[in-house]
Amino acid sequence: MSVNCANPAELQPPLPTLSDHDIEQHRPYLLRYALIQLRNADEAEDAVQECLLAALQGRARFTGSSSVKTWLTGILKHKILDTIRRRSREQPLAPPDDDEGSAVETMFKADGHWQEMPATWGNPDQALENRKFWEIYEMCARLLPERTARVFMLREIMELSTEEICQECSITPTNLWVILHRARLVLRECLEIKWFGGARS
Amino acid sequence: MRTCKEISMLLSQSQERPLGPLERLAVALHLLICRGCANFSRQLEFLRVAARRWRDRDDER
Repeated sequence: MSVNCANPAELQPPLPTLSDHDIEQHRPYLLRYALIQLRNADEAEDAVQECLLAALQGRARFTGSSSVKTWLTGILKHKILDTIRRRSREQPLAPPDDDEGSAVETMFKADGHWQEMPATWGNPDQALENRKFWEIYEMCARLLPERTARVFMLREIMELSTEEICQECSITPTNLWVILHRARLVLRECLEIKWFGGARS
Repeated sequence: MRTCKEISMLLSQSQERPLGPLERLAVALHLLICRGCANFSRQLEFLRVAARRWRDRDDER
């Protein structure tokens, strides 16, 4: 048998179909991802299960333009969003966490100045390469009260717009912006104290 | 004159909506003279980058 090299189709082998293992092996990663977003073991399990099922059934749709992991994560994000939508229908956003307001009030003086001026962080992007930083980051993220954390996650992780979040959570844009601002203030302060060292300028 | 408390809130909001011209002016002027808020502004950008990176990073644990 000879290969006709003049025919471009002969030069590109067809993309091999993904095996069950190719897909299933990512389950632990997907579970961690879902757990972090949903903070609920059962819902995370379900979302991952639905994701893997969809991937196994739709494996022909994998084009190879990204890695398998990235492709699966994309499917999972949709399943997570579905779960969140279902949740907010069954269980509207909890009332404001008790300490939601106070955290922010203590960060400013009565005259509107910072209690503690945000320090210079230098070149913070370097921290992103450091595993210890991520441990600190996750610890700080866990400081957020539940309602704040959920809204923050919808905005920063799922990247929903203001309109989308307001619709999902039945809050006004102003509510949303206040919650996000609080989350950022709390996170920022925690990271400064625990990592960036607060080199007071 | 806007306070740091108000400016910091505007800086946060600028991550979700475009600020109006007067708001942008108030923020720009304030950042010229307030190092704390200037730092906060940069840190807000970092927080966003960090959140996305946390979401996307490969798990090396």
